[in-house]
Amino acid sequence: MSEAPAIETPLAHTPLHALHVARGARMVPFAGYEMPVQYADGIIAEHTHTREAAGLFDVSHMGQAFLVGPDHETAARALEALVPADIVNLAPGRQRYTQLTEANGGILDDLMVTRSAEPDEDGVLMLVVNAAGKEADYAHIAGALPANVRLIRADHRALIALQGPKAAAVLERHCAGAATMPFMTARSASFDGIDCHVSRSGYTGEDGYEISVKANRVRAIAERLLGHAEVKPIGLGARDSLRLEAGLCLYGHDIDTTTSPVEAALAWSIQKRRREEGGFPGSERVLAELRDGPHRLRVGVRPESRIPAREGAQIKSSDGAPIGKITSGGFGPSVGGPVAMGYVERAFAEPDTSIVLVVRDKDIPARVTALPFVPHRYYRGS
Amino acid sequence: MSETRYTKEHEWIRLDGDTALVGITEHAQSQLGDVVFVDLPEIGKNVMAGDEAAVVESVKAASEIYAPASGEVVAVNDALADAPATVNEDAEGKGWFLKLKLADPAELEKLMTAQQYKDFVATLS
Repeated sequence: MSEAPAIETPLAHTPLHALHVARGARMVPFAGYEMPVQYADGIIAEHTHTREAAGLFDVSHMGQAFLVGPDHETAARALEALVPADIVNLAPGRQRYTQLTEANGGILDDLMVTRSAEPDEDGVLMLVVNAAGKEADYAHIAGALPANVRLIRADHRALIALQGPKAAAVLERHCAGAATMPFMTARSASFDGIDCHVSRSGYTGEDGYEISVKANRVRAIAERLLGHAEVKPIGLGARDSLRLEAGLCLYGHDIDTTTSPVEAALAWSIQKRRREEGGFPGSERVLAELRDGPHRLRVGVRPESRIPAREGAQIKSSDGAPIGKITSGGFGPSVGGPVAMGYVERAFAEPDTSIVLVVRDKDIPARVTALPFVPHRYYRGS
Repeated sequence: MSETRYTKEHEWIRLDGDTALVGITEHAQSQLGDVVFVDLPEIGKNVMAGDEAAVVESVKAASEIYAPASGEVVAVNDALADAPATVNEDAEGKGWFLKLKLADPAELEKLMTAQQYKDFVATLS
């Protein structure tokens, strides 16, 4: 059995590091942090628990920041110069997924943008970016802002996610009103008297929340949530298998500076006004791809055997021509077999198209599959 | 007599006459986590000590398994196709991977004994 070489770089800790260790996590280096990849039950049990009950994830390694302008329109226009989403028309307390794009239409990072729900915080946007890219993202954003809009890092805040069908009932016990928040809304809240910011969102395809709180209070919240029988701590391993089954992109794998939002099948995240007006980095390419169709597309892939196809595996047409590559792949515990995502030439992107994956020099038959592999179960209000 | 020897790559090999069973150690399975597929070699394949002999797939990653000794693959554990988690449940027993007809049983003397392997694993954490 081969093992990865030990990495000697000093790793940062999240405020929940001691909790992970106390609960038997196996800690691994991830994006400069020492993070739990799994706890004693293992990835499959953690994955299944999240789909059936509720899982608690430490995502404090991700970058949280505020974009603050004199009013919403000014802050939103400043961000719109960097992302293809419509931020100007984002209502108070609403959240949106978007990407930082490059001049050539590639993706620098993907992020969540929330407009503060508070009337006295007009002009405040909250950003959550990926851990690995946060320094570069902040430099990129700060370097593009007008003088009256500032980027303020929120490094003093921790972030946890509570995900799964029992998440709403559990959070409601501590945070009144949480259960009726619709998907992709956010607001300031009190968790048993602790000030926090709650959004109904996540990265598993399940109903759930992300809770942003000052670092020195996060352990109290995490311990109380873990005190419920429905809630177990979940590591990065299951986070990855959950998001893969949900068809959600992982930056640096499914999307990067070589992929455009349209190729990545993220056109849904570009609202109508931005499609008409453009005005974001790479808009020329993105608008052309929206009009004419991209050369290639991100698709779901289901290997028709038990052999997982991993990132980097070549995709061929049924007559042997190279048509793309797998960008994420592994075992889907809820699917009960291997699942993957990758890019194929557009002619092969229709669901049910027969394709071939090359795994260890062997040809594995596979099918293009509609995403997600497991239906999303977001709460959109009654 | 059936003595088990161990490699630094966390394979075990158990001699029985001139054949030997090969698998991964308890330590290896605990490090890998849930095993979801084992890619086994074809029967009749000849391997040299240190050659890739199989690939074990966990949820997270694929890991190569090396032949602890030289020989011909004379059997593989077909039960792993439907029950790969057997590797987690009984890594050094029912979770064996393959059976080798050894070219030179003396090769095993170069490998670690159970005590030496235990001491080796203790240095890893």
